[in-house]
Amino acid sequence: MTTKGDVLIQVKDLHKHFGTTVHALNGITEEIHRGEVVVVIGPSGSGKSTFLRSLNLLEVPTSGQVIVEGEDITDPKVNINYHRQKMGMVFQHFNLFPHMTVLRNLTLAPMKLRGLSREAAEEKAMALLKRVGLDDRAGAYPSQLSGGQKQRIAITRALCMEPQVMLFDEPTSALDPEMVGEVLDVMKELARDGMTMVVVTHEMGFAREVASRILFMSEGQILEQGTPDEFFRNPKDPRLQSFLSKVL
Amino acid sequence: MSAWLASVSAWLQDLQADFIKDFIEKNRFKTYILRGLRNTLTITLLALVIGVLLGFLIAIIRSTYVKTGKLKILNVVCAVYVTVLRGVPVVVQLLIFYFIIFAKNDPGIVMTSVICFGLNSSAYVSEIVRSGIMSIDNGQFEAGRSLGFNYVQTMWYIVLPQAMKNVLPALGNEFIALLKETSIAGYIGVTDLTKGADIIRSQTFDALLPLFVIAAIYLVLVMVLTKLVGIMERRLRNSDH
Repeated sequence: MTTKGDVLIQVKDLHKHFGTTVHALNGITEEIHRGEVVVVIGPSGSGKSTFLRSLNLLEVPTSGQVIVEGEDITDPKVNINYHRQKMGMVFQHFNLFPHMTVLRNLTLAPMKLRGLSREAAEEKAMALLKRVGLDDRAGAYPSQLSGGQKQRIAITRALCMEPQVMLFDEPTSALDPEMVGEVLDVMKELARDGMTMVVVTHEMGFAREVASRILFMSEGQILEQGTPDEFFRNPKDPRLQSFLSKVL
Repeated sequence: MSAWLASVSAWLQDLQADFIKDFIEKNRFKTYILRGLRNTLTITLLALVIGVLLGFLIAIIRSTYVKTGKLKILNVVCAVYVTVLRGVPVVVQLLIFYFIIFAKNDPGIVMTSVICFGLNSSAYVSEIVRSGIMSIDNGQFEAGRSLGFNYVQTMWYIVLPQAMKNVLPALGNEFIALLKETSIAGYIGVTDLTKGADIIRSQTFDALLPLFVIAAIYLVLVMVLTKLVGIMERRLRNSDH
């Protein structure tokens, strides 16, 4: 996990303003390498979700560039929908489609966007469902699932598009404590399989165990970064020290 | 007791005579009530189609502006359109269409009514559908977009089906209101159900039977519509146990 692949996402001097007063991102420059698991931590309001959501342009940055596989996706001429197909996203509140069965949630995008036949899409979906242990819930509707199950389905839905990178926006923050483990287990397995991941989370245990690199954000900037080892053992920035003392 | 019986029987005989005069003589039931019913249904159904198509279009334009900031000018046009059509009494609109807009190239009184009621209804439908779209959590939009769906696909596959389910009762009410509103089409000379009954009254000088009969017909139509909306609602609800 320490050997670095080529650069998958390159972020150059990213700024984001909300209105005139909020400066959510204040000059972020960063690289995500293929195969990396980058965990982003920081106090609330530090801009970590905004940073993550800028990577697939759900949040359009005020200035700066996001370069995915060599193409600047902030360029209005770029087909952002095509790039998003390769960038899976998992949300805090799951955002499953409540009017569709689990299977339909998983097969909709592969069928409509990648032209897969129903059979091929369902076969792939069922194989992935089996991996997260939910193949028996294929016919259920989201409202019939527990929070942990919903989030595992949401992860599977993103995986059905065979993404190059997975973006996680506080994937366990809306879960009951006893369901956090099952979701983290799925994410750990993904990491073991070599998936490139960017994870915004408050789960320090996950960061310590799985991250290849941790970024600490505060007030729209990346103040410190490093491997979990140096990060937790020897934090340098006083704001990181104070943050860690509160969460650990 | 027998005096009471006699008066009831006299009243029944009068009623029977009126019935024959109102509906049988000169084929009045067919000429006025059935023809009126046909016009009422034609106007309602065609206006419904116009109202729904145009209403959805306006709703999508206006919610797109709110969500993305695009279509700014169209949004203003739609907002003015909705304000005017909802703010002016529909009778006045009907007269404006008949005497002013279609004064030169008259499409016929039935088509004039269809266009007027259709446009009027589209303003109400657009507000109903717009509220439905806006009631869908933004996370649904984001989930669709993050999978790679474009804005239109996200609307079509993910947002509109959910919005429809939420607004169906309100849309059903609008259809019922539209049906009853067409009863003013007589203002421009359409022999709709209401006008038909009124013509019979003016010929036979009997108001009771013609008015009660069309009241019953309107009531039955509304009950059938209510039932249909109920069936559709149940169908849509099946998807979210």
